[in-house]
Amino acid sequence: MNNTDLKNIKHQKSLDVYKIREDFPILETLVRGKPLVYLDNSATTQKPRCVIERMTRYYELENANVHRGVHRLSEIASQEYENAREVVREFLNAESVEEIIFVRGTTEAINLVANTFGKSFIKEGDEIIISEMEHHSNIVPWQILCEEKKAKLKIIPFNDKGELILSEFEKLISDKTKFVSIVHISNSLGTINPVKKIIDIAHHYEIPVLIDGAQSIMHTEIDVQDLGCDFFVFSGHKLFGPTGIGILYGKKNILEKLPPYQGGGDMIKSVTFEKTIYNDLPWKFEAGTPNIVGAIGLSEAIKYVKSIGYESITVYENELLEYATNRLKQIPSLRIIGEASTKGPIISFIIENIHPHDIGTILDFEGIAIRTGHHCTQPVMKHFNIPATARASFTFYNTKEEIDKLVEGIQKVIKVFS
Amino acid sequence: MNDLRELYQEVILDHSKHPKNYHKMEDATHVAEGYNPLCGDHFNLYLKVEDGIIKDVSFLGAGCAISKASASIMTSIIKGKSIEDAEKIFQNFHSLVTGKIDKNFDINSLGKLAVFSGVSEYPVRVKCATLAWHTLINALKNKPGITSTE
Repeated sequence: MNNTDLKNIKHQKSLDVYKIREDFPILETLVRGKPLVYLDNSATTQKPRCVIERMTRYYELENANVHRGVHRLSEIASQEYENAREVVREFLNAESVEEIIFVRGTTEAINLVANTFGKSFIKEGDEIIISEMEHHSNIVPWQILCEEKKAKLKIIPFNDKGELILSEFEKLISDKTKFVSIVHISNSLGTINPVKKIIDIAHHYEIPVLIDGAQSIMHTEIDVQDLGCDFFVFSGHKLFGPTGIGILYGKKNILEKLPPYQGGGDMIKSVTFEKTIYNDLPWKFEAGTPNIVGAIGLSEAIKYVKSIGYESITVYENELLEYATNRLKQIPSLRIIGEASTKGPIISFIIENIHPHDIGTILDFEGIAIRTGHHCTQPVMKHFNIPATARASFTFYNTKEEIDKLVEGIQKVIKVFS
Repeated sequence: MNDLRELYQEVILDHSKHPKNYHKMEDATHVAEGYNPLCGDHFNLYLKVEDGIIKDVSFLGAGCAISKASASIMTSIIKGKSIEDAEKIFQNFHSLVTGKIDKNFDINSLGKLAVFSGVSEYPVRVKCATLAWHTLINALKNKPGITSTE
């Protein structure tokens, strides 16, 4: 393809950020009298009007419990809930809706797998591999499991740029390795991990792999069949959807072999005091009344993201990342933590002699929302021997003007402490 | 509060940049460690207590401007005070930073501590301002382990 073609594609695909911003009511908010500059998208994303209105409409016109009543509203609610599952299936390109389990979020999805897979397949002396850059939610469930089963947790290290050292990964694999669980995009470093390669390596040894997509889902198109992962998990609220809803994708042949996670209504076919027959997939893993409106809201969010398109999202977010990185690098006392060659639009940084919390509070005076702290990745902080970082994370509704405001804000922080 | 100088007053910035009593104490009678897991603030507090009087106090560690300044100002204020007085000062200070101080209370009686009044507008920063004080109370009680704000 020649340059003109490339330009044309870019032109056709370029998104109109100012038009997109109109879809998000909260972006018109004033914080401390100043226009909100929301740069904490890795923590949670804002919600477009269509999601908010869809959820309101459900409660105003369609609310009932699912899979139970014979009445009209229950029928509508059940239909909408199951339609949402189909929207998620298509979005992830999963083979069937049986592979899509609604959960509370990424954390619950990982706990579900650690519990059920662990119960059935992990025994004393077995090994589970994670990485040094995992979020606590992809460390602690495995730690609990290892403690219970007397299994071992093995850690893939990363280099000082924040890139996983894959040669070390291969060295960690042994005939005792029973599971690999890896983050797709690091929430504190921004690193995009070569997950396809990791999955290929693990599958060569017939080891199942879970990919934590909490941070990748809003930035990258996911095709679970192309990736080949056995599990893929993410949260709805980081994809412009509501909180309290998330997705566990699992390959059908593995999910079928797992015991239920929680017992209760909806996950059963029949119950007697002697014997309970569990429901089929995916309901086997959905005990109790589910987050119906959450699922419907998430499906609306997915439709919204698809209407913008991942191709233009990626191009635009890369522009933001490059622009922000270049501008921040010009501040002499600022150091970026996480300089992997492939990154999502997430920038962690520290400033000489200024604690991240003070950076966060002073930026807040300017209406700028960033995250400060260890980002639930304390091992990452330990690697760099720092207590915390400040983190700006971008998405497709952010603008270069907002990045300019961030830079001005940081200069103000430095002035206060000079 | 829209002026950040109301929170980051000169006194606070000065103490955070040049903390007082910022050293280890070899002959301390009481030692305690304070930790705020949320932001990683981490201080060691050293006390020399004789006959119920805090004869000497020092600290060492790392944290944000608010927590460091609070620790620094605390050490300069409680030095020479009785344990009872120190506890009373903490109670008033705690009321001040959590915005629960009595309307009739004379804030000036708190001396330098009054500069932390702006913290009450920032609930998440209350832990920063009180970390050193909580650590002090635990040190005086000889409570083992790390004082955590969580």
